[in-house]
Amino acid sequence: MDTRSKSTPSALSRWIESIGRKSAAAVEEIGVGAMMVGESVYWLVAGSRKKQPVRLGSIAQQMMEIGIQAIPIVALMAGTIGIMLAIQGIHTLKLFGAESRVAVGIAFSMVREFGPLITGILVAGRSGSALAARLGTMKINQEIDALKVMGVNPVRYLVVPALIAMLIMLPCLTFFSMAVGLLGGGLYIGFDLGISLAAYTDQVLTILSMDDLMHGLGKSVLFAVLIAVIGVVNGASVAGGAEGVGKVTTRAVVQSISAIVVTDMIFAFAVTR
Amino acid sequence: MSTNTAEAVAPNVIEVRDLVTHYGTRKILNGVSMDVRQGEIMVIMGGSGSGKSTLLRYLMALERHTSGSMNILGTDIDSASADDMQTLRKKMGVAFQSGALFSSMTVGENIMLPLFEHTDLDRRTMEIMVRMKLEVVDLAGFEGLMPSELSGGMIKRAAFARAIVMDPRILFCDEPSAGLDPVVASALDDLILRMRDAMGMSIVVVTHELESVFKIADRVTVLDRGETLFIGTVPELRAHPSARIQNLINRVPEEEVVDIDAYLARLTGEGVTGDGGVDL
Repeated sequence: MDTRSKSTPSALSRWIESIGRKSAAAVEEIGVGAMMVGESVYWLVAGSRKKQPVRLGSIAQQMMEIGIQAIPIVALMAGTIGIMLAIQGIHTLKLFGAESRVAVGIAFSMVREFGPLITGILVAGRSGSALAARLGTMKINQEIDALKVMGVNPVRYLVVPALIAMLIMLPCLTFFSMAVGLLGGGLYIGFDLGISLAAYTDQVLTILSMDDLMHGLGKSVLFAVLIAVIGVVNGASVAGGAEGVGKVTTRAVVQSISAIVVTDMIFAFAVTR
Repeated sequence: MSTNTAEAVAPNVIEVRDLVTHYGTRKILNGVSMDVRQGEIMVIMGGSGSGKSTLLRYLMALERHTSGSMNILGTDIDSASADDMQTLRKKMGVAFQSGALFSSMTVGENIMLPLFEHTDLDRRTMEIMVRMKLEVVDLAGFEGLMPSELSGGMIKRAAFARAIVMDPRILFCDEPSAGLDPVVASALDDLILRMRDAMGMSIVVVTHELESVFKIADRVTVLDRGETLFIGTVPELRAHPSARIQNLINRVPEEEVVDIDAYLARLTGEGVTGDGGVDL
């Protein structure tokens, strides 16, 4: 008993110390992320003057990887969610005999919530992880050092194209997923309730306003920054070889998805109320 | 070798004075001083943990030192602006131990990258320059391959080609023969000698391969536990009376003197001095 009572404060203090260290590390990572965004803006604005412009070819390549190549999976997920919303909506509204109004629920849910959320999560899983793995591998293989010694700024060369591509492609993909989700819901409604696609479309366009669209697209811009910055910060913090790359890649995906969901809630709370 | 000539007339391209560096709270380099002269091959050698790779990172201006001074090609690293550093970096080339070729690019694109980033040359001219550099390192015709398709020795050669594509005044080589068979390693040594003789560049090589040291070095810097143990020519190195140096070049492990009190203090976690000495 005596030994235990002596060791308890020590264990407690170690636990508190551990929390303190993790908190400090988290704050440091947020700081690094903010600096990365700041530095990216700097190179975007001043790069040409410094004879280190951000290459359009690099941005286009990233846009292809982040956006174009994600179209099939985004379409599949968004279409499926649209159909699921229709199934659940009809099931719920049947209780009130209002199943013909299911388009309202699908329209608002898809445009304001599920479109940006599911696209953000998919892109975080595909491209956020790829960004972290790529930077992590480059760091381990001394490729980042090679860039620095060559006088090529790694932020300008690697981070800015990814950030810009993410900022352009995530809202585009989000808009696409909204459309596909609405289409999926409309097709199911036509099949289940016999409402024509034209009538459904008319109903959806009447219900939705530009504010709803901006609500969804605004979120996607925030998600784009989060995915890129979290991917970069994790990739840049890699240590310990291939195993380290695996760890930061997983960490980047978990952090990105968590950040997206929390940001989504805060954004909805702040804008909707 | 051009040792005598270099000693007599060549100005310094790198001057390091009392360099002290830390990794976290651990002191890695403790007052290292050395010079590298124009057109010479300076080999930095030492045992594992002696700080030679760390010194190379500082010479390449990849890290900021704690104290001391470093002057590279007339640029004082402490007071240099970002633009000064950018100008300086264009005059330096590095062949990393792993090659550090960009895996997403072909060999040709890797070598072309510095030209693409720092010159206004048209693509055709750049391609010609890439082929010229590949000829120098005996890799002509390999520009279309990916790094994953090359052997270890070829990767190092391609890294040399990328390092010299801007015709740098200083070339840094980190463990060029590490992990290579003796024949390929010897061929790389020949390549380093050729680059010095043909291009007149100053070359700093970090290695612990003694055969390479004796073959290529104009002068040698020996580091031991973060401090400069010796600077001089290969004959001077061979004739040096220091037991540590003789042990190093004759591959004799040093006898470890165990301080029982310090050992017990480490085990029990007591008596951590933090005296700021070399702590490797």
